[in-house]
Amino acid sequence: MDILRFATAGSVDDGKSTLIGRLLFDSKAIFEDQLEAVERTSRDRGTEYTDLSLLTDGLRAEREQGITIDVAYRYFATPKRKFIIADTPGHIQYTRNMVTGASTADLAIVLIDARKGVVEQSRRHAFLTTLLRVPHLVLAVNKMDLVDYSKERFEEIREEFTAFAAKLNVADLTFIPISALHGDNVVSRSENMPWYQGTSLLHHLENLHIASDRNLVDVRFPVQYVIRPQRATDPALHDYRGYAGQVAGGVLKPGDEVMHLPSGLVTRVAAIDTFDGPLEEAFAPMSVTLRLEDDIDISRGDMICRPNNRPQVAQDLQAMVCWMSDGLKLGPRTKLVIKHTTRTARALVRDLHYRLDVNTLHRDESAPSLGLNEIGRVSLRVTQPLFVDDYARNRLTGGFILIDESTNGTVGAGMIVDAR
Amino acid sequence: MLQSDYTTSQLDVLEAEAIHVMREVAAEFERPCLLFSGGKDSIVMLRIAEKAFWPAPIPFPLMHVDTGHNFSEVIEFRDRRAAELNTRLVVASVQDSIDAGRVVEETGRRASRNRLQTTTLLDAIEEHEFDAVFGGARRDEEKARAKERMFSFRDDFGQWDPKNQRPELWNLYNARIRKGEHIRVFPLSNWTELDIWDYIRREGIEIPSIYYAHTRKVFERDGMLLADADVVNRDEDEPAFETVVRYRTVGDMTCTGAVQSDAATVEEIIAEIAATRITERGATRADDRASEAAMEDRKKEGYF
Repeated sequence: MDILRFATAGSVDDGKSTLIGRLLFDSKAIFEDQLEAVERTSRDRGTEYTDLSLLTDGLRAEREQGITIDVAYRYFATPKRKFIIADTPGHIQYTRNMVTGASTADLAIVLIDARKGVVEQSRRHAFLTTLLRVPHLVLAVNKMDLVDYSKERFEEIREEFTAFAAKLNVADLTFIPISALHGDNVVSRSENMPWYQGTSLLHHLENLHIASDRNLVDVRFPVQYVIRPQRATDPALHDYRGYAGQVAGGVLKPGDEVMHLPSGLVTRVAAIDTFDGPLEEAFAPMSVTLRLEDDIDISRGDMICRPNNRPQVAQDLQAMVCWMSDGLKLGPRTKLVIKHTTRTARALVRDLHYRLDVNTLHRDESAPSLGLNEIGRVSLRVTQPLFVDDYARNRLTGGFILIDESTNGTVGAGMIVDAR
Repeated sequence: MLQSDYTTSQLDVLEAEAIHVMREVAAEFERPCLLFSGGKDSIVMLRIAEKAFWPAPIPFPLMHVDTGHNFSEVIEFRDRRAAELNTRLVVASVQDSIDAGRVVEETGRRASRNRLQTTTLLDAIEEHEFDAVFGGARRDEEKARAKERMFSFRDDFGQWDPKNQRPELWNLYNARIRKGEHIRVFPLSNWTELDIWDYIRREGIEIPSIYYAHTRKVFERDGMLLADADVVNRDEDEPAFETVVRYRTVGDMTCTGAVQSDAATVEEIIAEIAATRITERGATRADDRASEAAMEDRKKEGYF
């Protein structure tokens, strides 16, 4: 059994929480005591049906205001797969949460209210999913029950969205007409929409092939921690020197010729160690410990790659940045801390090339700065070289976060473009 | 463990993620510690720590906040495990906090030291200058925990501000704090109760005996079976009786309920959990029943 991580985007009005509640409920991931609590609260508020959104909106303020404030993670499993849902709020002021949820997602579900069709928010969510390179996108056209399960209405929305998606880089797009409230096409095929030939949403989630979405081509091993058992009672360990980390790309095997960056020195993989014994191969997302044949001075923040397939060694970066601070703004000369793979450095904003309107995709080149939830293209100068790939090629070696040194808050998320 | 098409099983993905988080903490913080209660989640967390740094020893101490009302089987297990790993164990005692006048013991039949633990925990973090504290909490446990980060910032007062959390993207964690602040780290965030048990089975990990079915003298309160022990105030209208039970969670005796069960092996426990219709905290924790937002409120104060 493997794991599929998916993000859901949409507002409470689109029925997002109801959809999640439905998936959890129908897959029996909701327990009696949770359901009783929700039923009690629904009754207290005078809601006629059991408000499944109360299952996901866990904070007091969320319940009071009837909105989702923060990314909530939910879990359910079917015999085929374990699922991790990043439930992200749909309100404009919370774009940063959607970006956060999408950063690790294999798939995103964007909800559209069948009555309203493609609105500004749907376009924004779809754009953010593609910006974050979520490999699979599902447009769930919800509330089909309120448009008499109309095939024409569904086709209209599909055409309108397809036209918009042509402007984006959508790798895999699927449309599913549903009613989250009544369960149509959520877990099983709906009898109310015989004209729909596709699968139910859950069937789609269960059967989607995701293993090849990871980068298995470019070997990237950011060194996270050096393991040296100094006080070990076993004398054989005195000379042990292992480089621990999580594989970010490619497949590593013992005997492989590898290159260390920044030194450029070439050696071979002596062994791939784990607590459970040596491995014949390692690939993302495995956490392993490499031993190398030659003694090279290697520390945290360094990179192991292949001599003929290296990341870009760069101090000048081009990136799309989503700004997440409501205090500080990002503009030319802003100084920040950058964390990229296991390397942390300081970064200076050299230029803000444009601010992107996430609704129209219009580029405003006169924008002086980026504010909260704004996205733009920037040039950064970094105090030490980073080992980077285009975000489109590898999300782990192409993504970075920006930290405000004065507050220590995480204020930006960046995706590297034009690395090579 | 691996399949030829490079898919990775859910337990391997979760383990790899947790190992990554642990190594990140060891690399970026000066004085981390791992909260070890002898409960199943912290036992799994300890195994992950063993794996993350092998063949080197675990590079941080363990800490237990001991209410003095814990199950003796669990305390014995805790001490033995720490000794086996040759790891330093810091025991922060709620009794000491009471004796020092830092907290006042609750009275009445529902008296519990559960909430007092927060003060003891925060005092210990300050005393030992811990800057990162590993906890075994999982997001599937409780709705406030579903909003929790892997690296969860705590201010000078140990408080959690759920509305102002640091965004977490990809596998990048922001470890920057000022002196006096700390980060609670939850490497098992994405695990479910069933994942924990599946992992215990796969790894053949030993757990305290009270997780398995055993005969115990209990009494019923609010639909929960509490142990009949000196530290639990049982009223006369709450008759004690012997029955076969096991514990789904392990905490303070005053607020941790047992469930009636014959499950005597890990396999039987897994079968039981797969079929159960009540969450582990709902079935067994009086502390979460206080109100709709009981956990959120305690977490804001600095609770685990």
